[in-house]
Parts: sequence; structure tokens; C-alpha cells
Amino acid sequence: MTTRRRNVRVLVVHALLWSYAAVAFGPLLLVAIGSFRSNADILRQPVGLPDSLDLGNYVRAWETASISTYFANSLLVTVAAVALCVAVSAMAAYALSRWRFRGRALLAAFFLSGLMIPAKLGLLPVFYMFQSMGLIDTRPGLVLLYAASGVPFSIFVIMGFMRGLPGELEEAARLDGANEGRLFVSIALPLMRPALAVVTVFQFAPTWNDFFYPLVLMRSDSKYTVPVGLTRFFGEFATDRATLFAGLVIALVPLALVFAFATKQIIAGLTAGMSR
Amino acid sequence: MTTGRARPSRAARGGYRAGRTSPAWIAAFCLPALVLYGLFVVVPLGTAFYYGLFRWEGIRPAEFAGLGNYGEVLTRYPLNEEIPAALWHNVLFFAGTMAVQNTVGLGLAVLLYRNPRGKRFFQTVFSLPYLISPLIVGYIWSLLLSPTFGPINFMLRAVGLDSWARPWLGDPDTALPVLILVNAWQWIGGPMLIFLAALGGIPRELEEAAAMDGASPSRAFWSVRFPLLMPAVGVITVLTFIGCFNLFDLVYALGGSDGGPGGAMDVLGLLYYRTAFEGGTNAIGESSALAIMIFILVFGASLVLERFLRRREVTP
Repeated sequence: MTTRRRNVRVLVVHALLWSYAAVAFGPLLLVAIGSFRSNADILRQPVGLPDSLDLGNYVRAWETASISTYFANSLLVTVAAVALCVAVSAMAAYALSRWRFRGRALLAAFFLSGLMIPAKLGLLPVFYMFQSMGLIDTRPGLVLLYAASGVPFSIFVIMGFMRGLPGELEEAARLDGANEGRLFVSIALPLMRPALAVVTVFQFAPTWNDFFYPLVLMRSDSKYTVPVGLTRFFGEFATDRATLFAGLVIALVPLALVFAFATKQIIAGLTAGMSR
Repeated sequence: MTTGRARPSRAARGGYRAGRTSPAWIAAFCLPALVLYGLFVVVPLGTAFYYGLFRWEGIRPAEFAGLGNYGEVLTRYPLNEEIPAALWHNVLFFAGTMAVQNTVGLGLAVLLYRNPRGKRFFQTVFSLPYLISPLIVGYIWSLLLSPTFGPINFMLRAVGLDSWARPWLGDPDTALPVLILVNAWQWIGGPMLIFLAALGGIPRELEEAAAMDGASPSRAFWSVRFPLLMPAVGVITVLTFIGCFNLFDLVYALGGSDGGPGGAMDVLGLLYYRTAFEGGTNAIGESSALAIMIFILVFGASLVLERFLRRREVTP
């Protein structure tokens, strides 16, 4: 009797889990399937399987809609911004968690308060500052902006990680006469690797995805990143759903790759707030 | 920050010889991050406050206005009607997200916690949309929900629910609820994973003790486990709150910069963008005043919220 009741419960739970899996994955599946169908077919019957495996939509999206350009820009900006952000954050977090100096707590609080600042509200001043610095419509401008806005979260995660790390190795190296820069590069950085991985993965997605800054700061089509490029693409191909679906799939690929390889880091980053 | 000497007591407590570091090293390590973050995040917000104190003509400050812009933004048409409407939509959005996204997220976390079989698979699938750009999420759903050729309405008609099929995003009554649901679809992995981690951190003995005392499973959940989840609830509430006021891309994709039919999805983020870049001659003054008001609201409320939630924490 009890085993039967337990079986029924397990069945119900699995039914619930599978139905939410359908909700989560269904829409993405519809987009993926749609990207292989012809436009006429989609308009006639919005839900259905492709007649044949036709890659024409992808070719059209990639070539005529200059998604390849947007893609290259996004990759360049994202990689540079994440690298810069992780580098400066690792240094600052190391100093803040290993050295004692006056104003340390204040400086840490200053960085961490950025977690609660809606940075986008500074857009207009950023716009005029960029104008005076000649950074409007440039990719380095975007890189600086993204790197800066990632600093609070990165410092938060790396400091949290360092707190749980004993300082003995560094102390031994210090006794051996290594200077602080040497210590950081050859001892601390390798130890920090798990935290750096979390930060990298976690900065990658929002930077790759951001739409707000390039919408305002970028002007020439040749420098657009994927999200801004997509708004143009959607205007151009408004009636050609098949090509739109293919474009969406192309835009999703890098993140799908990140997700496939870094689920562990993503989960660690999402739950970073819990270790406080 | 410039003096490198630490108080001896601290260095002694630290266990390793901290505090010996020279100011030059401290500056070399802290300055890059400080300059970057200060220059591109903090200074613009300060500048926004300064901008807001002037009345502007185009891109030139015409006269010092004190808090005049603030008064103007709150009293003059159309902003005096748009601001409360947008704020109300943000509040509804926050409430709706707490009610839908975070409770369903908790539910899924509990289901996965009780049935670890396939846990990794399900948690990956559920949080898949998490990494997608909100703009793309908006475009995906606007295609899926489109009135005539959208698969959603097509499926509703196919199962005989013709009367349910409607222009979901074109109808002022359904636009905001749809926005809340689409947003929840994207972010549900966040609360789910946070709750899952928190559930994993609660010792099993506590629940077994409750069961031995004769408490029913639901009673054991609400009176033993839920109070211990309060730190997670706190983190999620603050994150949801901040995210709610950062809302921009998704609404832009679903309803354009005007916030959908009759402004039914207009939120403060969109309103700020429109005031700044589609406003009149005093756009800089007005939008800066608006930005500072939103900033005070979000930053202040997050601080209060965190204090309040921290006080309710229980430790096992």
C-alpha cells in the first residue's frame, strides 16, 4: 500500500517535471524547427515539421543580413571586456582580501555597492563623456563600459572565494623572498582559477547579450553587436519568418556552447550570493 | 588607502604577515579596477545628478534650476501621467514576478530536491533560457505569440479553444501578464538553483526530528524548512527587485519603445530612455532628474529590503 502510494507520488512528480521541461524547451524547439522550414510553409501552418533539411535560411541570414559582421563584433567586444574585467577585478579582490590597509573596508564597500546600482541610469552622462573622449561609435568604448560594469560582481565572487582559501602558500613564498607581483601571478592566480572561471562565464552572457548600450552608443552598421544588429535584421526581414528563426538560432549558438561547457560554473555563480 | 601600515592587532590576528605591503603595491593592485569602475559607473551617476540641477537648451546648460527639473517632471504633462503609470507597471511586474517566477522556482526546487533522479538534466533544461539575451527572448515570444501566424494561437485553435486565441501582445489587458510570464520563463532557473542550493544546506536531521514529533510533511516544510530558506528568499527578493527596475530589453522587443498597446507595458527603464533620447529641448535636465529619482528608489529600497530580510534570518 505504501509503496504504491510512493510510486504514484514519484509518477506525479515526474509528470510535473516533464511538463515544465516542455514549457522551458518547447519554444526553443519551435524556433529551431522553424529555422529549417520554408517561409510559405510556416505561414500556412505555424506548427509543423520541415519538409527537408534546408539550410537556405541560414545562408540567407548569415550573408545578406550581415549577421557575420555583428557576430565578429560581439565576439571581439565580449572577449576583450571580460578579459579586462577579470584581470582588474582579480587584482583588486586579491589586495582587498589579503592585505590590511587603511580604508580597505570602505573600498570594498564602494566596489560592492555597485551590485545594487542600476548602472544604466548613467547612460546619458556616459554618452556625453564618450563624445568628448571620441569613444562614440567605437568598440573600445563598449569594452571599457562592459568591463567597468562587471567589476562589482567579479570582485564580490573572487573575494568570497579568497576568504575560504588559506594564505599559507603565499606566506611561504613571501619568506622565500618573492615580491607581491610575483606572488600574485604565480601563487594566487592559479589558486583563484575556479572563481575566475565562474566570473568569466557570468560576465560573458550579459556582455554578449547587452542591447541597451550599443543601441545608444553605436551608429554604423559595421560596428553593431548581435543584439542591435538583430533589431535591424527584424525590421528588414519582418515578413520572412524562416530567415528570422535562422538568425535567432545563429545568435543563440555561442551561449549554447558556453552553457554546454560551463554548467557547473553557472550554478556556482548563481548561488554565489548564498555563501555570504 | 594610501598608508600601508596596519594596526598590529589585526596583523597578528591575520595569521600571515599582512600589513607589510607598501602603498605602491596597494595602488598598483586597486587602482585599475577603481579607475574603471569609478569613471564609467560611479562618475556618470554623479554627473547625472549634476545635469539634473540645470535647465538645458539642447546640449547646453541654460540656467541653474536647483530642484526645478524634479518638480517639472512630476507635475507637467505628459510625464506627470507617464511616471506614475510606469512606476505602477514596475510594481505590478515585481509583484507578479515574485508570485509566479519565484514560487514556481521554489516548487521546482522542492520537487528536484525530493527526487534527485534526473536532477542534473532537469536543472539544465529549466535554466536553459537563462543565458539567452532578453531581447532575443522577446523576439522569440513575439513570433510565437503573433496573432495570425503564431504557433500559440494556432495550437489553441487546433484544440478547439478558438475563443482563447487573441493578439496577446496587442491587447492592453493581456500585455503586462504576458510580459511577466515571458520574463519568468527566462529567469526561473535563478531562483530554482538558489533554492536548491539552500535546501541542500539544511541538515536532514531537523526534518526527521519534526517527522518523529508527528508533523505532516507539509507542516514540516512550512515550519521547519521554509524559515531556514529565508536567506535565499532575501537574496532572491533583492535580485528580483533590482532586475525589475532594470527591465528594458525584453519590453523593447515585445512592445517597442512606447511600451506596447496604450503603454500597457511601459516601465521606468523605457520611460527614461524616451525622455533622454526622444525628449524635448530640456531632455538632459528632465531625464537626469528622472534617473536620480529612479536611482534613489532602487538603491534605497534595496538597502531597506536587505536590512529587513536579514533580520528575519534564522540559523540552523
